Amino acid sequence: MSRRLQIRNRLDWFTMMLVAAIAVLGWLNIASATAGSEAVDWLTFDGKGGKQLLWLGVCTLIAFLVLNVEGEFFVRISILSYLSLLVVLAAVLVFGKVIGGARSWFAFGSFSLQPSEFAKSTTALMLAWLLSRGDGKLRDLKTRLQSIAIVGLPAGLVLLQPDAGTVLVFGGFVFALYREGLSGNVLVVAFAALVVAVATILSGAGTVAYPFFGPATGVYVLWAVLAGGGGLVLWFLVQSSLPRERKRLKRIGAVAILGALVFSGAMQFGLEKVLAKHQRERIHVLFGLDVGNPDADYNIRHAKAAIGSGGWSGKGYMNGPMTAYAFVPEQETDFIFCTVGEEWGFLGSTAVILLYLTLLLRLIYLAERQRSNFTRVYGYGVASVLFMHVLINVGMVLGLAPVIGIPLPLFSYGGSSLMGFTVLIFILLRLDAERFSVLR
Amino acid sequence: MNLKGRMWVIGGLFAFIAVVFIGRLAQLQLGSPEWTDYAARLTESRETLDAARGLIYDRNGQLLVTNQASYDLLYTPRLAREGMDTAAFAALLGWKREALEAAFAKADAYASYRPSIIVRQLPAAEYARISGELWRFPGVKERTRAVRSNQAGLAAQLIGSFGETSADDLKNDAFYRLGDYKGKSGLELQYERELRGRKGVRYHLVDVRNNYQLPLEGGRRDTLAVAGADLTLTLDRDLQAYAERLMAGKRGSVVAIEPATGEVLALVSAPTYDPDLLIGPKRSAHYDSLLHNPGQPLYNRALRGTYRPGSIFKMVQGLIALDEGAIRTNTRIPCDRNIIGCHGPHSYDNLSEAIVHSCNPYFHEVMKRMVQARRSNNLFEDAALGLGNWTERIKRFGFGTDLGGQLPGVRPGSVPDTTYYNGIYGQRSWAFSTIYSIAIGEGELLTTPLQMANLAATIGNRGWYRTPHAVRDVGGRGKPLGVDSLVTTGVDPELFDPVISAMQQVVEGVGGTGRRARTPGISICGKTGTVQNTNALEHSVFMAFAPMDNPQIALSVYVENAGSGGSWAAPIAAQLIESYLADSLSNPEREARILAARDPFPETP
Repeated sequence: MSRRLQIRNRLDWFTMMLVAAIAVLGWLNIASATAGSEAVDWLTFDGKGGKQLLWLGVCTLIAFLVLNVEGEFFVRISILSYLSLLVVLAAVLVFGKVIGGARSWFAFGSFSLQPSEFAKSTTALMLAWLLSRGDGKLRDLKTRLQSIAIVGLPAGLVLLQPDAGTVLVFGGFVFALYREGLSGNVLVVAFAALVVAVATILSGAGTVAYPFFGPATGVYVLWAVLAGGGGLVLWFLVQSSLPRERKRLKRIGAVAILGALVFSGAMQFGLEKVLAKHQRERIHVLFGLDVGNPDADYNIRHAKAAIGSGGWSGKGYMNGPMTAYAFVPEQETDFIFCTVGEEWGFLGSTAVILLYLTLLLRLIYLAERQRSNFTRVYGYGVASVLFMHVLINVGMVLGLAPVIGIPLPLFSYGGSSLMGFTVLIFILLRLDAERFSVLR
Repeated sequence: MNLKGRMWVIGGLFAFIAVVFIGRLAQLQLGSPEWTDYAARLTESRETLDAARGLIYDRNGQLLVTNQASYDLLYTPRLAREGMDTAAFAALLGWKREALEAAFAKADAYASYRPSIIVRQLPAAEYARISGELWRFPGVKERTRAVRSNQAGLAAQLIGSFGETSADDLKNDAFYRLGDYKGKSGLELQYERELRGRKGVRYHLVDVRNNYQLPLEGGRRDTLAVAGADLTLTLDRDLQAYAERLMAGKRGSVVAIEPATGEVLALVSAPTYDPDLLIGPKRSAHYDSLLHNPGQPLYNRALRGTYRPGSIFKMVQGLIALDEGAIRTNTRIPCDRNIIGCHGPHSYDNLSEAIVHSCNPYFHEVMKRMVQARRSNNLFEDAALGLGNWTERIKRFGFGTDLGGQLPGVRPGSVPDTTYYNGIYGQRSWAFSTIYSIAIGEGELLTTPLQMANLAATIGNRGWYRTPHAVRDVGGRGKPLGVDSLVTTGVDPELFDPVISAMQQVVEGVGGTGRRARTPGISICGKTGTVQNTNALEHSVFMAFAPMDNPQIALSVYVENAGSGGSWAAPIAAQLIESYLADSLSNPEREARILAARDPFPETP
C-alpha cells in the first residue's frame, strides 16, 4: 500500500463533508444576500456570489495542496511561520489599508488580504510545537508564560489595528491550554472577570449624585462595594476558618479584591478613554441602556427583525426582503446568519448551528484520538478558534453579544477568512491522517 | 491528573452554547410576532391608488366640472441636509426667505425623514415654470394631485367646493387618509360617495431607502382603483350661464324648474363667485375674503334665503279658499281700505281681479273666512281649528317644508301654526284679528326662492309638483330613487283657471304689474311680489311659468333691494323664459337695461 493511498484511506471524510457543506451553504446564502431583486447570474464573477464561488475553487485547491504536504513539514515550519506572521502583522500596521476603521488589510489591486486570518493557524501551530516538547504539560511557570506570550504577541498586534473581535478569538486558546493542564481556576477567574466587567459597564453608564462631590459616574459605588463588601466578606470568612488556613485565605482574598478593583478600573478606563463613542454605544445597547442615539441599535434591530421574521421555516431561498433590500448591514459578511434566519427560518438556522456543533465536537474527537501531542494541541487550537468565531458572530447577530465584526467561519463572504480556515482545518486533517505513522 | 476528561468540559461548553443559541432562535422566530411585524413595517409599503373623481355634466351632456392636475411640493428634511439653497428656492417660488425657512422648520419638527407638503396645489402652468429647476433642490419633490375645475365657473354654490379633509372627516370615515380631498359643500358633498369612487391599493416590497421594489406576494392582494360615477345634473348650462350673467352685480336669486319633472334648470344665488378661487395655493385667503364679503357670495340664497312671500302668496290663499268653499270664482269683495291698506284704482274685485290688483282687503276677508269658519262657537277655539286646517293646506304647497330635501342645504322657511301662536300669545288668546297679516303674505310667513319657483310649477301643473332636484343620472344608473316624488296639493285642477288667467293678466293685461315680462310669441303667466323692508328698498320678486298651456319652465326671480317686483325681477324672468323656449331673444333693450343695472339700485322704480 503506497503512502499516498494510506493518507486517502485515513483521511477523515466526515469532517471534510461537514466543512464542504458549511462552505456551500455559506456561498448559497451570500448569493441570496447580495442578489437584491435581480435574478442571480451564477456564471459571472461580478457579484459577490460569483466571487465567493471563485474563492471556493481556490480553497479547494489549497486544501488539496495542504493534504499533500508531509505532516512533519508543518511541525518544522511552526516557528518560522509564526515569526513570519508576526512580522507581517507588524507590517500591516504600517503599510495596511484601513477598511471599516481598522488597519487590517493588505491591498493588492482589486483584492485585499487580511493577515490576521492566517495568524490563527500559525499561533495554533506554534502553541502545539511548544506544548509537545518534553512532557509538554503546563506544569511549570515558564511554559505557562511562554504559552501566554505565544498567544499574546499576535493578539497584541491585532489589537493595535484595532480588531477587537480577532483579539477575542485569540482568547479562545485558553480552551486548548485548559485541555493541556492549565488550572480550571482560570475558567472560574474568567467567569468572575465577566461578572465584574458587566457590573462595571452597567454602573459606569449611570450617574449618581454623591454627597459633597456632586454627580459623577456610578462606577465609584461599585468600587466602594467591591472594596468594602469584599473586605467584610473576607473578614467573616477568616474568622470562621481554621487558624492554619487563615493566612492563605487572607492572601487569596486580598489578591481577588485587589485584582477585581484593578480589572474594573482598567475596564472603566478602556470604556471611557480607549473605545470610540460608537463602540461604547454598541456595548451599552447590548445591555439595554439608553444611549440617546436612536440609530445606535440600528444594526442589531434589523438583524433581529430579519431573523425573527423567518418564523418556523423561513420565507424561502432568495425570498427574504430584509436580506434582498439591504436592511441588514454587512449582511454577506458578518451578518450572513440573518439571511439564514430570514430565508430558512428556525429549522434552517438550527440546522446550521447543529452543523457547527457537530464540526466542533468532531474536531475534539479528532484531537483526542491522536498519539501525537502536537496534533492534539493543534486540534484543540482549531476547535477553540472556530468556537470563538461562532460564539461571537452568532451571539452578536442574535443580540446576545455586542456588535463585534468577525466572520462566521467558512460561511461569511471573504477570501482571506475562507482561506485562513481552510488552511487551519486541513492542516489538522493531514496531521490526523498520519495519526498511526507518527509518534511525537 | 487525567486531562483527557477535560474534553467533556470543553465539549459540554460547546453544546451548551449551541443550546443557548437555539433557544434564542426559538424566542426570536417562534415567540411573539413582534419581529415579524417589525420586519413587515420595514419592508412593506402600501401605496394608495387614487380613483378618478366622477365628472359633472349638465342635462344636455355638456361638461360642467372636470378634474385637472395640480402639484404639491413635498420636502423631506433629511434628504435636504446638505446643498439646500434656501435663498434660491424662495426666489423660485416667489416667497420671502423667512417664510420658506419657517415652513422648513415646521417640516423638520414634524419628521425629518418623512415628506411634508410645503406648497399646495400649484396650478399646471405655475408648476411648468419651476419644474425644470427643482432638481437643484435636494429633498424637494412634486406630487401630482387631481383637483376640480369648474369649466365655465357656473353654479358655484349648488355644485359646492372640493378641498382637503378635516380632522372630523378622517375620524368619521375610514375611507380618507390625511391629505385626501373630498367634496366640502353642495352637490360635491351630497354625492361624495358616488363621485369619489373606490381607491385601489398596491403593496410593495421596499428597499432600505424606501424605493419600491417588487410587488408584495406577486400583487395578489392589490386592487385597482375604480373611478367615481359621473353626475348628470338637471341644470341647463346655457340657461344657468345666462341667468348668472343677468344677475351679475345684483343680490338675489333665480330658480328655474321644469314643471313636469321637478328638475332644476337653473339655480343662481347672486353674487356668486369663481369656483376656481377655492382651488390652489391661495385657497384659504380667498375663502376668508369670500366669507367676509358683505354680499355673502358663499351663502346660497336660492335654497337658504327666507323672505316674506308678499302678494304672490295671495294666489295660494285664493286657491285654498276656492277648494275650501270659502269663496267661489265669481265672489266679489269690497276693497275696504279701512281694514287694511291697498293701492290702485279698484273697489269690488272678483278673485282674478284681486290677484291682478293685489287687493289686500280681498284676501284679508278670504283668510278670515277660512280661519273663522265657525268650526267652534268659541272665537279663539274657532281660530285655532281654522288656522290648523289652513296650515295643513299650505304645507301641501311645499311651504314650511324642505320640498323633499333633494337639494343640498335647502331650508324649509316657516309657516306659523297654532303651536307657534300659542307660544307667543298663549292658548285661546288669539284669533284671526291677531294674526291677519299672514293673509297677504306678510307677518311670520317665510318662504324661500325655491318654494316660490315650485309654486309656479305647481300652478302651471294645476295642482301637483314633483320634488325639485338637481341630479338626473348617477354613473349611468339613471335618476336616484325617490328624488322626484309626486306631491299633490289636493286642490281641484278646475279651480286653477281663475288664478292662471289672472297670472296671464298680470303680464299681458293693460297696466299689469308684470308688463315688463311681456314677450312676443310666448304666453307667460306671472305674479309680481314686493317684499317690504324697513329702512331699505323693497325686494323685487317675480314668479312665472310659461307657456300657459303645457308649461316648460317655471321660475322665481328675487332681486334684493331693487324696488317693485315688476321693475327688475319680471324682465329678468322674461329674458330667461325666452332664452329657454325661443331660438333668439327679441328684446335687446330689455336685456341691456338688466345688464347695466347694479346694486345698489336707485330709489325710483
